[in-house]
Amino acid sequence: MGEIKDARGLLCPEPVLITKREMDRTGSGTLQVLVDNAAARENIIRLAKSQKWSVSFEQDGEEFLLTLNK
Amino acid sequence: MNQKALITIAGVVVGALAIALVKLGNPANMGICIACFLRDISGGLGLHRANVVQYIRPEILGLVIGAFATSLFAKDFRARGGSSTLTRFILAFFAMFGMLVFLGCPLRMILRLAAGDMNALVGLAGLIAGVAIGIAFLNKGFTLGRAVAQNKSNGYIFPAIIVTLLILLLAKPAFIFFSEQGPGSMHAAVGVSLAAGLIFGVLAQRTRLCLVGGFRDFFMFRDNYLLYGFIAIFLVAMAGNLALGSFKLGFEDQPIAHSDGLWNFLGMTLAGFTALLLGGCPLRQLVSASEGNTDSAITVIGLIVGAAFAHNFGLAASPKGVPAAGQWVVVIGLVVALLVAMFNSRIVSAQQGVVTSGRN
Repeated sequence: MGEIKDARGLLCPEPVLITKREMDRTGSGTLQVLVDNAAARENIIRLAKSQKWSVSFEQDGEEFLLTLNK
Repeated sequence: MNQKALITIAGVVVGALAIALVKLGNPANMGICIACFLRDISGGLGLHRANVVQYIRPEILGLVIGAFATSLFAKDFRARGGSSTLTRFILAFFAMFGMLVFLGCPLRMILRLAAGDMNALVGLAGLIAGVAIGIAFLNKGFTLGRAVAQNKSNGYIFPAIIVTLLILLLAKPAFIFFSEQGPGSMHAAVGVSLAAGLIFGVLAQRTRLCLVGGFRDFFMFRDNYLLYGFIAIFLVAMAGNLALGSFKLGFEDQPIAHSDGLWNFLGMTLAGFTALLLGGCPLRQLVSASEGNTDSAITVIGLIVGAAFAHNFGLAASPKGVPAAGQWVVVIGLVVALLVAMFNSRIVSAQQGVVTSGRN
């Protein structure tokens, strides 16, 4: 398991952009992104599905940790 | 419910509300226009004295209250702020000039288009150009930086301001201005406007409706989710206009519009570019402010102050055309936005934060 990308405090599209860059860089594997708003969470989930990555998230207080796999 | 189905339904409802509000008294093609209505609020508070555009628009108040309540209910409310706040104010300030030169926000642009106003098609091209310029900077690592968590009370201030405006609207004290002629005097009944705003607020909060975001996500990620909402607004509003006989195809003599193509284009280029840098169009900023984002609240205040300057200094367009000074301010706004974009773009790798390594 690698590092967790921190996209907290960023408005879209930045969390999606950070995730997309990491997807493009690694190509496959496991990728984790931490966000703090529901819009970013939903947008990353949509991105993951469109790029054929499986995705799940867990909520911790006001934050969401997304885990993506391919 | 499927996300795309939800945003399509939201678009259908918003399109229908926009048509209904015009039928019930709002100005033509202005069932809902965030920029115009913030401009009216600016005038209602006496921040500018253009006596034809002064009214505390209940649609805006309802929208904020609806989005605020929904965000609390959905546990989406987050008090956040501190992401280049003054820069956001300045971008919003100039964004408003762009929109008042075009005569409408991205939402009204769609409504104008749906009534056959081809000037809005020119505006749409300008908006897309502005979004494209912004995307180029995003791809170069543009960011206004992170917002941080704030004490919850920070997030309640903006909704509290809006509730105060609602009280002023209902109490009608002498120091609040209400237009007696012109677009500001044309409005649906307060209760109707407020209810429409509430419905809009709930839907916009749930779906994150944003036209600039729609084009951005489509160009950057081939994600057409947000565009579904606007296509639905467009189709329903057009059907409504056709049914009611208010569809008129052409450039000339369109309601509350001018046919100066260059400035319709550049005004919306400025609006699109600044909105892209801000992370969303005026509608999205209003909703985000209602969800506790104090940077977005400052952005909305920047829009209101921009409107005050636009009318105090005679910079806003009218159906007669765009004043020369207004043209200059659009150019200045584009230069300012370019400078902001350049100064806040960094090398991509330096932007990505890392919380922890090897967690799990």
